[in-house]
Amino acid sequence: MTTTIQTLEPAERPLQIMSSRLEGELLEVSMGPQHPSTHGVFRMNVALDGEIVRKLKPVFGYLHRNHEKIGENMSYLGSMPYTDRLDYFCSMTNNWAYALSVEKLAGIEVPERAEYLRIILAELTRLQNHASLLGFLLSDMGAWGTPLMYAFREREKILDLFESLSGSRMMCDYMRFGGCRVDASADWLAGAKKIVDAFPKFLDEFEKLIVENEILIARTQEVGKLSADLAISAGITGPMLRACGVNYDIRKVDGYGFYPRFKFRIPLGEHGDTYDRLMMRALEMRESIGILKQAFEQIPEGPIMNPKVKIRGFRPPVGEAYGRIEAPKGELGFYLISDGSPNPYRYRVRPPSFINLTILEDLCLGHTVADVMVILGSVDIVMGEVDR
Amino acid sequence: MIGTGILKGMAVTARNFVGSYFEKERLITVQYPEERSPLPENYRNFPILIYDTNDAEAGLRCVACKICEKECPPQCIYIVKSEDKKPDYMGKPQFYPAVFDIDISVCMSCQICVEVCPFEAIKMDKVFELSTRERFDALLQRKSELSKSNTYYHSIHPIEAAEVDGKLAEAAAKKKPAPAPPKAPPAAPSLGN
Repeated sequence: MTTTIQTLEPAERPLQIMSSRLEGELLEVSMGPQHPSTHGVFRMNVALDGEIVRKLKPVFGYLHRNHEKIGENMSYLGSMPYTDRLDYFCSMTNNWAYALSVEKLAGIEVPERAEYLRIILAELTRLQNHASLLGFLLSDMGAWGTPLMYAFREREKILDLFESLSGSRMMCDYMRFGGCRVDASADWLAGAKKIVDAFPKFLDEFEKLIVENEILIARTQEVGKLSADLAISAGITGPMLRACGVNYDIRKVDGYGFYPRFKFRIPLGEHGDTYDRLMMRALEMRESIGILKQAFEQIPEGPIMNPKVKIRGFRPPVGEAYGRIEAPKGELGFYLISDGSPNPYRYRVRPPSFINLTILEDLCLGHTVADVMVILGSVDIVMGEVDR
Repeated sequence: MIGTGILKGMAVTARNFVGSYFEKERLITVQYPEERSPLPENYRNFPILIYDTNDAEAGLRCVACKICEKECPPQCIYIVKSEDKKPDYMGKPQFYPAVFDIDISVCMSCQICVEVCPFEAIKMDKVFELSTRERFDALLQRKSELSKSNTYYHSIHPIEAAEVDGKLAEAAAKKKPAPAPPKAPPAAPSLGN
């Protein structure tokens, strides 16, 4: 055969070299970038022995938009709407992570009500992200459509909340340095509370659909096992890390915002397989509902913007700051270096789904092609964030 | 027993299927375009320019200060400042935009122009059915297409518009007691023919 494996390295390696290393005849399949279950434009070069994956090389960059360089040429405020486009499922948490790092850089205080609003919106984001992830994961496994539509029905209600608050369903652009843009009315809070109160009903139903299903158990248990050691050394964060049994949640570790005021538990997995990762999302949603209920009770009246912060001509002092939050997918951080000018000298994003994707080969080796899709689905990636 | 999990899942599906005929919360699909769900007050789409009174030219609040052009993250606004001044809606001579274009194929509806505008001149529209047959000219909106009356603004964002009107009235009252209307220019000398 004359086909070659496309790698990220400059030199192309002919197949013969690889065959001699791995023995037997291998078939190379290029999965993606237009494959429906790669969640966007993601490509994997898979070397197959029969149906077993022997080598897997992720290829990404199809959605590269030069996000970081744009951020360096943009005023601090101007980057805020661009952060919506990173992980387009969770624009609220992206806004928060960016606002947090700029607030750290410039030493800005945030009013109490704004902090509560941020927590409410971040937890609502977590609900809709995890719900749609479970739906997508099931549709990757062949339960095409139905569970995804149930999940999207719930997500739609939360997106309507976002729309009536911020003006847009997905590109919210809601948070500002030192607060939030629009105040939530009492009606909005009441509507949000109603939706959150009805959410456990959906979860009960959804868990009945998946938890005991024999087909799902056969497809996910003992598939894509990740050891805690590998997860820690590869920098995996979020539900994927906690599924291996590592107790690490930035809401508890850093205690940013007002999270230390809330009572919630961190669900931990045991086996680190796909089933644990899947259940981790379901359990986290229950904890998020608990946080939301506490937040609705505790939210005080008051201003939502720090009056000292100027919208125009914002210049933070010289310095650097790294602000990170627990986004639904893992640790989302923004690293900013300021040289005192209106735009950052360096603007770096630490995207959770990109770093969680780096161990994809370790998860997939030895499994079948059909399992690759399931494992990829359980990693929870959004290409807008991976490629930036 | 093997298979019970599947049956339980099937029961959920059946309940949803049958329930969608009876329970309103299980059937939330809106049959667009026959049915439409109302847009929330805060909904935003693309920017428009507000003018007072009935004259789109004379009543335009924009004074071509170019702040929005500078702050716009994707740089979709293009303004050319006028060379002469003309009285604005309060009677004060101001510059006005000779050209004001917004390329709505570039605009990302972030609302930063609205936030930075000191004159309450640029606001967000709610029209979203904007499909056109041409890619270029039809998506480049000129000043004449962007100018919308304050009455229209009241009709799309009633609460916000009332707040803005109150703020403007307060600012006008603070400045000075009702500025005298601009004097009529002296009659042009007749050419005597």
